[in-house]
Amino acid sequence: MSLNSVGRPTRPAASANDAGFASLTGGRGLLQDEALIFERGSWEGTGVDLPAPEAGTEDLAGLVRAQPLSLPGLSEPETVRHYVRLSQKNHAIDLALYPLGSCTMKHNPRLNEKLARLPGFADLHPLAPAPAVQGALALMDRLAHWLKTLTGMPAVALSPKAGAHGELCGLLAIRAAHAAAGQTQRRLVLTPTSAHGTNPATAAFVGYDVVEIGQTADGRVDLADLAAKLSDEVAAIMVTNPNTCGLFERDILEISRLTHAAGAYFYCDGANFNAIVGRVRPGDLGVDAMHINLHKTFSTPHGGGGPGSGPVVLSEALAPFAPTPWVVHGPEGLKLVEEAEGEAAQAFGRMTAFHGQMGMYVRAYAYMLSHGADGLRQAAEDAVLNANYIKARLSGVMSAAFPDGPCMHEALFDDRWLEGTGITTLDFAKAMIDEGFHPMTMYFPLVVHGAMLIEPTESESLAELDRFCEALLALAGAARAGDVERFTAAPRLAPLRRLDETLAARKPRLTWRPAEPGVAPAPLAAE
Amino acid sequence: MRYLPLDEVDRRHMLGVIGAPDIDALFADVPAPARLSGPVNLPHAAGEIEVERELAALAGRNRPAGAGSFFCGAGAYRHHVPATVDHIIQRSEFLTSYTPYQPEIAQGTLQVLFEFQTQVAALTGMEVANASLYDGSTACAEAVMMARRVTRRRKAVLSGGLHPHYAAVTGTIATAEGMDIVRRPAAVDGEADVLAAIDSETACVVVQTPNVFGTVTDVTAIAEAAHAAGALLVVVTTEAVALGLLKSPGEMGADIAVAEGQSLGVGLNFGGPYVGLFACREKFVRQMPGRLCGETVDADGRRGFVLTLSTREQHIRREKATSNICTNSGLCALAFSIHMTLLGGTGLRRLAEVNHGRARTLARALAGVPGIEVLTPRFFNEVAVRVRGSAAALVEDLAGEDILAGVPFSRLDPAAGLDDVLLLAATETTTPGDIDALVAALSRRTA
Repeated sequence: MSLNSVGRPTRPAASANDAGFASLTGGRGLLQDEALIFERGSWEGTGVDLPAPEAGTEDLAGLVRAQPLSLPGLSEPETVRHYVRLSQKNHAIDLALYPLGSCTMKHNPRLNEKLARLPGFADLHPLAPAPAVQGALALMDRLAHWLKTLTGMPAVALSPKAGAHGELCGLLAIRAAHAAAGQTQRRLVLTPTSAHGTNPATAAFVGYDVVEIGQTADGRVDLADLAAKLSDEVAAIMVTNPNTCGLFERDILEISRLTHAAGAYFYCDGANFNAIVGRVRPGDLGVDAMHINLHKTFSTPHGGGGPGSGPVVLSEALAPFAPTPWVVHGPEGLKLVEEAEGEAAQAFGRMTAFHGQMGMYVRAYAYMLSHGADGLRQAAEDAVLNANYIKARLSGVMSAAFPDGPCMHEALFDDRWLEGTGITTLDFAKAMIDEGFHPMTMYFPLVVHGAMLIEPTESESLAELDRFCEALLALAGAARAGDVERFTAAPRLAPLRRLDETLAARKPRLTWRPAEPGVAPAPLAAE
Repeated sequence: MRYLPLDEVDRRHMLGVIGAPDIDALFADVPAPARLSGPVNLPHAAGEIEVERELAALAGRNRPAGAGSFFCGAGAYRHHVPATVDHIIQRSEFLTSYTPYQPEIAQGTLQVLFEFQTQVAALTGMEVANASLYDGSTACAEAVMMARRVTRRRKAVLSGGLHPHYAAVTGTIATAEGMDIVRRPAAVDGEADVLAAIDSETACVVVQTPNVFGTVTDVTAIAEAAHAAGALLVVVTTEAVALGLLKSPGEMGADIAVAEGQSLGVGLNFGGPYVGLFACREKFVRQMPGRLCGETVDADGRRGFVLTLSTREQHIRREKATSNICTNSGLCALAFSIHMTLLGGTGLRRLAEVNHGRARTLARALAGVPGIEVLTPRFFNEVAVRVRGSAAALVEDLAGEDILAGVPFSRLDPAAGLDDVLLLAATETTTPGDIDALVAALSRRTA
């Protein structure tokens, strides 16, 4: 046992799970077990005090539920405790480095949360008349200006609600442009094997057939393969740049030249725009359409899986086909163009009921103003610097997938270095949980065996990067020393051990149901 | 720059470890013609004080709903959100976590999603629900495409009471996927008009209740007709509070129920982010779009939750996925679920009755104004009225008196020829004084 200078133990004699200690009630200190809200007694209760209705429902005879809605209602203290207890079972970027490659878990400034909650934004109706919403329209207009300037593109459709929705928007604009030009024979979309799953899924959604483009040994698009597959049947290529291996496509100008020469459009997946903001403008690379994940590059919170926001910048050729609505300057101030008529006659349609993710626009715009043109460029540089630092520190022990040359904002390793240890990428990642870190992105991109994709972002200090690298190096040492169970049995210090995903899929139980009214169902059991 | 922890000493040290002479060396793969030599032409970094000043000035040029008399609805409703909701969703562990792909350290989010799915299934009267979609309108489009997968038919019939923007989104996305969309003419009480368009090619019928004109309809007979033709019934609800009182979509025979969940916990936010509710019959679960959370056990046999049936999803199935959706509306689903947990079934029913009562008061007051005709025969918390002349002009005019009198139908569907129709909603936040001010202003104009 180690002691500090006043004799206080600085480390337990053995880890808690090894001590064989059990509390009397099954409690685990601060880690509270928490039942489902449906397993409590108060199905008749409510935690909201409301006035008496001022009229009855006799006018709705025959239209009212036969059985009143049955859902539990908890008092305010019970509700707060329920969710606080649940919250403590989550990892979060506010707790520690969250190195999910391609996901961009950067710091979420709290100023942005405060501003999005100003009543002028948060309590504003989307269909209030134009004179009542001039500030909101001005914010959308300024956000659009920043996005266009940073990308060097002439137009932007703000309304898509997330990255995949933005991809859909971009491909619909491309489809409309080809249709307007009589190019309806263009039925193919080319995309690299390393692409995000949303790329082929979106292309198929729009009715295109997907053809994969090969990759070179150094992790880039195979130009010869691209050239061979381009034809007058190709509607678009979808290429991520920097790509999902964390590398800049060196031949990007040739990629766009070949694409345009074949009459196709260049859709760039902008998920990794955060690596190049302020240093490279996609418009200078020949991009025709690119979505920007405001929840990645511009730091709007991921919120446990959304909401996101995916504005799409468009080239001159595609701009006329942008979906409604958009903001224009008129004689009486700003207004929304909402119908596909007049100046919007070629708009391909509408992506969402209203104007997109205003709450995210406010946060992203505040992030942009805070950083400024200089700070955004610095953030991209720091993100790239941090990733290269991790790559440099870990490369001696772990095998970098593309060791030659710099990476961009994420460092990609494969599992060659684990060969013969009996430990998989999954095991290694789960052991990181016991060390207090969230695993990196695993098994993506698909082109690298046992991929481990690490994206630190610019939000990490040198000290935190070193702490992370030292944890991974220590784990790597344990792996090589044959401490296999540390990995295969991990995690042991998380709220739960590894979960049986096969069981969940084989016997889907997607809602809580009483075995009989008022009786909890039997727990699932692994077979 | 307050958000960037590295300083110049750190950066030099790190470049040394990397073995790069300067930061430009790390960007060496960028072709020379595409390199920017310095910052783009935009303002430089600003402190909190300056940023707050600019954003507050913009917010100040908007007229929030709570600033006075307010009757806008049409798919986005002003409701009181308990303070607890916004406090909890700002907890770091919920706000700043990612999609729960590592379930051992995401049980908080996952249990919330499981509870959310159960609440949504109960509200809609369906067997299963997903972990949310972007909003009600995109959920509607996804429902139509799911019906195509289930029935292998290509035609969808949309009622004239479906929110016109929902019809537009569905038309945009489903047409691109090769579907044939038949939209019935706008009609205040015309959900049953879909019956004549159902045939053996029909994948689904989409109806809305309460519809965009506020009309509440029992769609049981439409469900029976759709099923007799081998089609699915999709029921849309844009006001989730109504589900606390009215017959649920499941009770009326819906196969898929979609709704906008914004009314509970989320707020107006000028149209987004919102939360799309999506529920269906269990037999269709493998054709559902979006994330699903399911129950399982861990290696020690303890109950836990995971994202499941992911072989439907784009990150596994790529071009064969049921939808391209990835990000959903997790934090808004959390807000919805917290608000629903506070209300419970009892509280939501009470809230619905309060809304309905306010709307009856509003409708009675409007009916007493000369020149105004209430069109909606059976309503929950929203009514359509006919005014003299242009409803849009009336709304702009009343906005000058700081009364937001509702949404002119022409704003949603200018081609419908209903320029004199105004939609007005009342909720628990509407006061008698708000209604008095509206009626007085209307009376001055129409007398």
